[in-house]
Amino acid sequence: MNLTGSQILLECLKREGVEVVFGYPGGQILPTFDALYDFDGFKFILTRHEQGAAHAADGYARVTGKVGVCLATSGPGATNLVTGIANAFMDSIPMVAITGQVPTSLIGNDAFQEADITGITRPITKHNYLVKDIKDLARIVREAFYIASSGRPGPVLIDLPKDVQVAQTEFIWPEEPKLRSYNPRYDGHPGQIKRAAKLIMESKKPIIYVGGGIITSGASAELLKLAENICAPVTWTLMGIGGFPSLHKQSLGMLGMHGTAYANHSIMDADLIIAIGARFDDRVTGRLDMFAPGAKVIHIDIDPSSISKNVKVHIPIVGDAKQVIAELLEGIKHKPAIADWLEHVEALKKKYPMCYKNKDKILPQYVIQQIDELTSGEAIICTEVGQNQMWAAQWYNYTKPRTFISSGGLGTMGFGFPAAIGAKLGAPEKIVFNVAGDGSIQMNIQELATCVENKINVKVAILNNGYLGMVRQWQELFYKRRYSYTPITSPDFVKLAESYGAVGIRVTKKEDVKSALQRAIDTENTVFIDFLIEEEENVFPMVPAGEAINNILGGLA
Amino acid sequence: MRHTISVLVENKFGVLARVAGLFSARGYNIASLAVSETLDPEVSYMTIVVEAKDEKVLEQINKQLNKLIDVITVTDFTKKEYIDRELVLAKVNYSSKDKAKLEAIFRKFVGKIIYHKADTAIIEAVGDQSQIKQLLEVLSGFGIQELVRTGRLAITN
Repeated sequence: MNLTGSQILLECLKREGVEVVFGYPGGQILPTFDALYDFDGFKFILTRHEQGAAHAADGYARVTGKVGVCLATSGPGATNLVTGIANAFMDSIPMVAITGQVPTSLIGNDAFQEADITGITRPITKHNYLVKDIKDLARIVREAFYIASSGRPGPVLIDLPKDVQVAQTEFIWPEEPKLRSYNPRYDGHPGQIKRAAKLIMESKKPIIYVGGGIITSGASAELLKLAENICAPVTWTLMGIGGFPSLHKQSLGMLGMHGTAYANHSIMDADLIIAIGARFDDRVTGRLDMFAPGAKVIHIDIDPSSISKNVKVHIPIVGDAKQVIAELLEGIKHKPAIADWLEHVEALKKKYPMCYKNKDKILPQYVIQQIDELTSGEAIICTEVGQNQMWAAQWYNYTKPRTFISSGGLGTMGFGFPAAIGAKLGAPEKIVFNVAGDGSIQMNIQELATCVENKINVKVAILNNGYLGMVRQWQELFYKRRYSYTPITSPDFVKLAESYGAVGIRVTKKEDVKSALQRAIDTENTVFIDFLIEEEENVFPMVPAGEAINNILGGLA
Repeated sequence: MRHTISVLVENKFGVLARVAGLFSARGYNIASLAVSETLDPEVSYMTIVVEAKDEKVLEQINKQLNKLIDVITVTDFTKKEYIDRELVLAKVNYSSKDKAKLEAIFRKFVGKIIYHKADTAIIEAVGDQSQIKQLLEVLSGFGIQELVRTGRLAITN
């Protein structure tokens, strides 16, 4: 039986195990939306902006580990996806973005709503396709899912011209894709693993530093075993949050610009860094030539180009974190604890604890701590970008992977709210919070309609300080308090939520924080909680950009 | 320093843009680039000459090229035995009395006259980097009006 291109696309998505697609219709994707009208192979969520669709697909992918899918029309629909695609690319999130395109006969003619989206997204996708022939469509969709989800994951875009959507051909479900030019390596090199094991056994001051790769590969259990077997403290990047239980006695929390002071001091003093699924980003290393001067580096990463990009690596191991750690553990049964080193790290923890000074007004750190307490560290916490993101990273005790959902690499304001929608659909049994600022929440606030319409129950905690807080903080510290365009006004978030059919709560007093959060959790609806917080509270500790990471401002008791 | 790299790629539309885009996005300079089909029409061969200030940059170029889905293999010629050639066409000032002079040059250097009219000759030359360089120095004495070059081609031996 012949199917149209649109029907083939939907059938392929269904066979790939897609549960939900986020998107927005338009002229050049009309045939596909027509096919969707009576298709029940997966759920379709209509967002209110294509950017929201891309972030929702991203949030869904982060929570489930599956490929997130978004669908938009050509031209502006496609370009509106761009930020969301770039965001997924920077954080290695598996995503397939599908865009309508003008008919092949019109491509290049500057037709209405035409944009060269494969050209535009080339540097921000793992790969992309323009489908010129319906006979290639099924194979391309299979390849797209395979590429997006294998190796170091990332977004793949499929641009689908209107004439290909309406053309007909026999549907044949292709074999598993095999690409001669793409063969990700999962197992580590045995010789390198042996050398790494030896170096670990010889080290006197080892530290484990992990990133998003731990989450992507599902290596938390192996990581815990490695850390306990070799008695090494563990620190992580923003993307690595949840990969190791934060209340474990070997945990050092996050490192880097807004990491704990004791994590930063510890890594500077280490003689061996075991880096796993992390890329020595500038927010982590600070001034590179002063970073961990006495340390040798073992670097495990699935992407060879991440190794030796920023720091000199002594033992590179290309492979999947889960598999390589398991292989490594075969060579390391038990390494006795090195008392001097662990005592030193403990002393650093005591000397530089995470803290903040109490004030009369509501403090954002306190709000996050209350969310932690009420959800026992078991909720999914999405964040926007800026101070809200850092407080959510610092003050919630994450216990499991895929529970901290945040825009790490690109730092996209407006990510958190649509991502929370995707997260809730991916994990309906979980409480999902979006920790937001009054600036960020206004970047994709239109998705309130998506929540209410689809009964997607997310809790948005707005840490409302009347500023674009992180930029204001930099202006305070490095630009002589010249608050250039950072004071920001907001609508009445309570009325706004209500006008959409959601619930709004305003909290002005410290003593009301907990009860308001409890009420929000108990409400079977999307809730905006507008916390009027201390206006000029800063995120500490802080390492100024370009400084060594043990040059730390603030955060002392 | 200049390095020669060859890249085997899937012969699909957009591949050249992917490779070129990788260089521009990361701030690497391409000194020359030559692309053509191989014996297998589904595969193209690119010879790229790049400016890389150190080993680390060269290593990144290699790794990033390998990361592109359509790239099949990358060969860095830096530590390999290879033959390289470039084709040059040069339009030079010419008069009938130059004929003997040029012929003398071509006994010593690569190149030949493939066309001439009263005041202009077109010289074709195939050679490696230093041969081409020497030839162009000599020809500049005649006055080069126009010069086109293919960029370097390289093959391991």
